Amino acid sequence: MNTIMTGGFAEPAIQSARTFRALLEAMARPGRIGTVGGAEPPAPLSVAAGVVLLVLTDPTTPLHLAGDADCAAVRSWIAFHTGAPLVAAEEAQFALGTWNALQPVTRFLIGEPAWPDRSATLIVETDRLEPRGARLTGPGIGTEARLTLPETAAFRLNRAQFPLGFDTILTCGDRLAALPRSTRVEDN
Amino acid sequence: MTGPSMPLAAVDPVAQGDHRLKEPPGPPPQQKGHRTQHDEADGGEDQKAGEGVGGRGHSVTRVMSDYNFAYLDEQTKRMIRRALLKALAVPGYQVPFASREMPMPYGWGTGGVQVTAACLVPEDRLKVIDQGADDTTNAVSIRRFFERTAGVATTGHTEAATLIQTRHRIPETPLTEGQILVYQVPIPEPLRFLEPRETETRKMHELEEYGLMYVKLYEDIARHGEIATAYAYPVKVAGRYVMDPSPIPKFDNPKLGGCAAIQLFGAGREARIYALPPWTEVVSLDFEDHPFVASKADHSCALCGAGNSYLDEVITDDRGSRMFVCSDTDFCAGRQAAGKAGSEGPKEGA
Repeated sequence: MNTIMTGGFAEPAIQSARTFRALLEAMARPGRIGTVGGAEPPAPLSVAAGVVLLVLTDPTTPLHLAGDADCAAVRSWIAFHTGAPLVAAEEAQFALGTWNALQPVTRFLIGEPAWPDRSATLIVETDRLEPRGARLTGPGIGTEARLTLPETAAFRLNRAQFPLGFDTILTCGDRLAALPRSTRVEDN
Repeated sequence: MTGPSMPLAAVDPVAQGDHRLKEPPGPPPQQKGHRTQHDEADGGEDQKAGEGVGGRGHSVTRVMSDYNFAYLDEQTKRMIRRALLKALAVPGYQVPFASREMPMPYGWGTGGVQVTAACLVPEDRLKVIDQGADDTTNAVSIRRFFERTAGVATTGHTEAATLIQTRHRIPETPLTEGQILVYQVPIPEPLRFLEPRETETRKMHELEEYGLMYVKLYEDIARHGEIATAYAYPVKVAGRYVMDPSPIPKFDNPKLGGCAAIQLFGAGREARIYALPPWTEVVSLDFEDHPFVASKADHSCALCGAGNSYLDEVITDDRGSRMFVCSDTDFCAGRQAAGKAGSEGPKEGA
């Protein structure tokens, strides 16, 4: 019971602001890795995934938990700290899990042609988050950026639907990076 | 009354309580070039008479602890923050958001203020400009609003600012990584004056059907021999959405693209947020035989001599005398401090 109520922000307004700023920089500069902190979500969630939930989700944002993230401890922690309703993948505004657990990613909301903002944001837990690997180009990137991605094919398909598509936040420990739908992803 | 969000709270909490929403409408515009760090001491002076707090010359603006950090409640900030992230993911697309009523009238930057409030961190150094000037009523009011509700430091120097809220100008000094530029937007829809129905303009964006905008620019040429649109000049973002860059002069359009800073646009009355990530491709609409020209008054600044900055025309008497001065007060003051002088010198105006 105690672990449900602990692990949130001690100073929600200030810590949310700092975390959001890191998120804003990450989403504005795809591939840029930022460091966040201030919350201790229950296992298996990473610190970064936990603070992203605290900053962005609330009772108005349907959330999907995939794979190991869908456990009693996490569900209770989310219910206490954010109140986000847990839903199926097809209805989710946010989805949280490892890349494998989130498959197939084609089931997530990609928005409507007139309302591309009505799309899902995937919070992908990764073991590795480093500035190397897949080549990223597009808005927010000067020449190119590199980022370790779980795969590239799915992100290329996602980019092909632009301006529709889901947006991705990659989390690893206390670090995060983002891959908005606008980013072109190449293997080499 | 004391809270974690009042790093500058150097004053009596009793006096603070009294200031809530009773602020006078702002001091009269200061003289051009006046610096901002120390010009707020007069605010609320009339209300704390006899309380012995601060006293004359007290230079720290009172930070209110009656509100959440940066005024807005956390639920509202989350909603705005989600919209901001989607706006960055789809550059140039106008994301609807549940715009709140702010303690200022529509048209005074309620959209920009909400975006700024959602982005501010205590470590920020905020600059607010109105048509390039740090010292006009709108800029002073908004700057003081955040000094009091967020306790952030403020500055007039473009280089020193981490977050700049602007009404209708982009600073002359190139922005850098780590800076955020927040625009106040009156009408976010670039097609609105051509097609008043939201259902239609939404469909036009959906189908990427921007012929109407080109017809408008063509009619400019047919009537005036050139594209007469001088401000709020439409741009195409990342090859997809046509966007209204807010009523900045078209002189500023080339600064929109390839900018190192994050650019965020907030329209409060129209409840829309949109964004330009850094280094985004932004193209001003034009024709091959009538290319876009970033025009300005054909003069140099009378005060600092700059020939490459956007100029305001200032009438100096009732016999038609006038002078042209930099619209960007920080840029102009910086050049004057560096010893640059205009042809007419700063003695004009008698």
